[in-house]
Amino acid sequence: MWRFISVRLLQAIPVLLAVITVTFFLVRVAPGGPFDSEKAVIPEVKAALEKQYRLDLPLFQQYTAYLGDLASGEFGPSFKYPGRSVNELIGAGLPVTAELGFYALLVAVLIGGLAGVIASLRPNTAQDYIPMSLAMIGICMPSFLLGPLLVLLFGIELEWLPVSGWGDIPGDKILPSITLGSGYAAYIARLSRAGMLEVLSQDYIRTARAKGLPEWQVVTKHALRGGLMPVVTFLGPAFAGLLAGSFVVETIFQIPGLGRFYVQAAFNRDYTMILGTTVFLSTLIVLFNLLSDIMAAWMNPRLRHQLGGGS
Amino acid sequence: MRLCAPFAGALVIAALVAGLGGCSPGESRVVQGNREGVLYLGNGTEPQSLDPHVLSSSPDARIAGAIHEPLIMYNPYDLSTEPGVAQRWEFSEDGTEITFYLNPDARFSNGDPITAEDFRWSWMRAITPEMGNLLVEVFYGIRNAQAYSKGEIDDPEAVGIRVIDPHTLRVELAFPDPFALLNFAYVYMAPVHRATIEAHGAMTDRYSPWTKPENFVGNGPFTLEDWKMQRFVKVKRNPYYWDTNNVALNAMVFRPIESATTEEKMFRSGQLHSAAMVPNNKVKGYREQPDTPMVEGPYMGSYYYLLNTDRPPLDNLSVRRALAMAVDRQTLASTVLQDTVLPSANYVALGMPDYEHPKVLEFNPTEARRLLAEAGFPNGEGWPPIALNYNTSENHRSVAVAVQQMWKQHLNVDVSLANQEWKVYLDTIDNRDYQIARMGWIGDIAPSAFLDRMVSDGPTNRSGFSNAVFDDIIFNKIRPEKDKSKIMALYTEAERILLEETPLIPIYSYKVKRLTQPSVKGLPSNQTGYINYKYVELDPDAPAWTWQTLDP
Amino acid sequence: MNTEMLSDIADAEEGTSLWKDAWLRLRKNRLAIIGLCILLACIVLALLTPLIAPYAYDAQDLDLGATPPSAAHWLGTDIFGRDMLTQILYGGRISLAVGFIATAVALVIGITWGAIAGYAGGRVDAVMMRLVDILYALPFMIFIILLMVVFGRNLLLLFLAIGAVEWLTMARIMRGQVQSLRQQEFVEAAISLGLSPGAIIRRHLIPNALGPIIVYTTLTIPSVMLLEAFLSFLGLGVQPPQTSWGLLISYGAETMEEYPWLLIFPGLALTVTLFSLNFLGDGLRDALDVRGSKD
Repeated sequence: MWRFISVRLLQAIPVLLAVITVTFFLVRVAPGGPFDSEKAVIPEVKAALEKQYRLDLPLFQQYTAYLGDLASGEFGPSFKYPGRSVNELIGAGLPVTAELGFYALLVAVLIGGLAGVIASLRPNTAQDYIPMSLAMIGICMPSFLLGPLLVLLFGIELEWLPVSGWGDIPGDKILPSITLGSGYAAYIARLSRAGMLEVLSQDYIRTARAKGLPEWQVVTKHALRGGLMPVVTFLGPAFAGLLAGSFVVETIFQIPGLGRFYVQAAFNRDYTMILGTTVFLSTLIVLFNLLSDIMAAWMNPRLRHQLGGGS
Repeated sequence: MRLCAPFAGALVIAALVAGLGGCSPGESRVVQGNREGVLYLGNGTEPQSLDPHVLSSSPDARIAGAIHEPLIMYNPYDLSTEPGVAQRWEFSEDGTEITFYLNPDARFSNGDPITAEDFRWSWMRAITPEMGNLLVEVFYGIRNAQAYSKGEIDDPEAVGIRVIDPHTLRVELAFPDPFALLNFAYVYMAPVHRATIEAHGAMTDRYSPWTKPENFVGNGPFTLEDWKMQRFVKVKRNPYYWDTNNVALNAMVFRPIESATTEEKMFRSGQLHSAAMVPNNKVKGYREQPDTPMVEGPYMGSYYYLLNTDRPPLDNLSVRRALAMAVDRQTLASTVLQDTVLPSANYVALGMPDYEHPKVLEFNPTEARRLLAEAGFPNGEGWPPIALNYNTSENHRSVAVAVQQMWKQHLNVDVSLANQEWKVYLDTIDNRDYQIARMGWIGDIAPSAFLDRMVSDGPTNRSGFSNAVFDDIIFNKIRPEKDKSKIMALYTEAERILLEETPLIPIYSYKVKRLTQPSVKGLPSNQTGYINYKYVELDPDAPAWTWQTLDP
Repeated sequence: MNTEMLSDIADAEEGTSLWKDAWLRLRKNRLAIIGLCILLACIVLALLTPLIAPYAYDAQDLDLGATPPSAAHWLGTDIFGRDMLTQILYGGRISLAVGFIATAVALVIGITWGAIAGYAGGRVDAVMMRLVDILYALPFMIFIILLMVVFGRNLLLLFLAIGAVEWLTMARIMRGQVQSLRQQEFVEAAISLGLSPGAIIRRHLIPNALGPIIVYTTLTIPSVMLLEAFLSFLGLGVQPPQTSWGLLISYGAETMEEYPWLLIFPGLALTVTLFSLNFLGDGLRDALDVRGSKD
């Protein structure tokens, strides 16, 4: 097991290095620089600014210097926000994005799990098709469509909920969480339906039924735990996906999270911020994927054995 | 581990309710603010910096205006000058020097007195080449400041800033500019506190923590209290401010809100005292409201299409004028833009005080067709493919799509649209790799803020326009002139030449649109969007404004 | 399944019967058939757009402005007075084209890569698949945004960028198929007959892996269309004067409060198409009895 984890951790290093290298050189190829603005910048001023941010060095030297900074845990100063470090900016955005991701996951598990469980109880009937089709909406209606539609309905027509912000007005976290979570609800519905179907056909469930337990007790007391197992393994990659995918929702609802910072940084050519967020998000994604692999391995004895023996 | 499922479900729901909805409704921020003397303002984007020599965007400047004070302030109603740190000032006989007499009571927010030396040090910092001050141009009115900022001279004594005594500061001007005083009212020329800056890094460090709330020292009517990224900047009354008895508010909270739609919604739900933007599609609704909270007025900005006069067919004057005269600005403004702008065929913004706008490029489809035929493209025949560049934005796209259609309709010429992301777009303009490009310019209440930029090889003249008569008016006729009305007439003449040469197609002049709660006093709209926070008061008894649903 | 399939493929006649069976199974799946019909209708509409569109693509009527659906404009008009139905038809052309072409790009890269890796085996396989693993771990959305920002926006780049993301799963599926097929007797026989690896891959392996590929392709198209719509929504995808559903949705979202039809109709078009593709994909998966091709 430890071997498996350490191998996977080692594998993550070239991935991250590739991310850093590609991003570093990619942003430099982009037309336009961090100090361009509608007003022409006086060449002397531009030169002074470039010097302050080490941009006057040869590109490769900038690259090695940046790697050096990274090794010491420093993402460097932000270009767009003088006086703030990228670490500070990420520190400001991460809690918001993580909170949004957490609520979205809750929404996904609640809606998706419910739909999957209901569907599994009477497979291939209307009780199966209807919830599963509804859950499919999440896949077919992307967040940038669902978000505005929810805003239109609940924010503007009914005026029940606020349409933007995060923690400003009571209830402003509801629509973004639903919007972000619904895409994953469909996957969770599929997983939980399949898981439940498998469990419901097991002997111990039949025994429980034979004992005369009411159906809802059979489901809640016996079937759910096993049936929702596949969902648990999905949560790791799902959360990673939510983190990386949150920028649409953050843009629509004006939420000051990491995703929005990233998109803004890309548009502003805030080199250090682009790099910092990319590296940070990539690390998170790699870690979450690793975590879910470990969990999957841990829960599946056959796989565990295989991995333990080395592959 | 053996969590009963219903119990787990209840827990999850409880967490959701607590996290998503848990908060008491209570009174709105506006009502609360009215009572406590706290003003809540929508303020565009997250401020980048509050250092007057680093900041460059208007949201930053709006906050900086509360916590820094330059020599001169304006009355927000008529934009007449009034004392800032300087109690009074006088021009020398020949108009080449200004002497400022500082208020002996003026202090920084830590109690240190403000002296003429503070100004000299601050300004020298601002023009030090290593500082990389993006707005260094506002200092160019001072003799040799330009040369010093470019590193052409390095003797600070040569720069025309003279400390006469601790409370007298003399400025030698580069030329006798009657509009020179305007510059000294910019917050970019406010003094900074030397000891604080030097305690937190080198003088020229952009990346310096001196503007963080725990370190900050300023000299405005307010001082920085708190700054939460992407959430708010809070400023509180500065007890050391020389005129603090005339400051009505206890505190102000600036909220970074990028979308006009969001800002308007927050205003409507009583979260903001004032919104600096109104979404185009809401303007009509607000106009129809009884006791509308919206004020509208001209704003010193113009929106135009820059033409690259080196690229055929735009190197032909008749083509340029034909395109300019085929734009039906009135229709554009009243349909697509819903009267949120002032249609204008002038480069200098409409509403410029004491200024007469020459009429040259008014909409005239017949004349436009004639000019196009004269240029060799009768009814658009033989017209080469050309492109109109604009940066990604709903507004720019709307204007471009409509203008494209007008050119097709009135001239039968095809112009394709090329939309570019902002920085790519700037790069394209900088390299003059365009034919027609969207531009906007926010100036000041002086025509010089617009026209001086169009001189040959001027810093933002990227059209290729170069006209000896125009340059001669700006450099040789206007600069030595001291009579303001003659100067205005000369500027009108200069604009006429500019428009006749048509290196740009004016589309419209900006309008200021602001929503203000009825409880707010002293926050009038003016042509430059200038706010003097000293004037702002809140009526503690006024209710929050509510939207009235009108019967059609 | 493998032995069954093997015997099917060994005999061409029976091979067709496999597809016949699949078709019979698919026909019973009502949702999938509805999806297929809608999809075919979309394709026909897209192909015929220039003939059937009620108005010219760029015809404006500024004085008319945005109007709700009416007899003259079934789906209303936008702020330039342009007919929304026409816009949606033309937008659909681009959206579908992106969906199909980018998927084809992914298909070609993925199949080639997976087939070579699976066929070669050993060290080549290990290196090639390790690369896929590494690419899998990259945060691709982040890179696509960066790519589109950096290199400006053009359709070709859009196809390439999307194709470059979507080929990874395809490569894995193909490799798995090839690996299991390679063990089979008929392939070994072909090798002993001296057929070149290229010919073996082409003649034997790819046809056998067709089932999973079809299923996965049907499911890739909607995700590609989503990606395009998403990029267009951010202003990084299709550029005017061209339009796509994603772009129309993004414009619609800006003015939805006043002109909700500008958001709802393009949104409906996209959603219905994605629904059809997903139902069809699921149906095909069941019909061809392909498992684990996704997730």
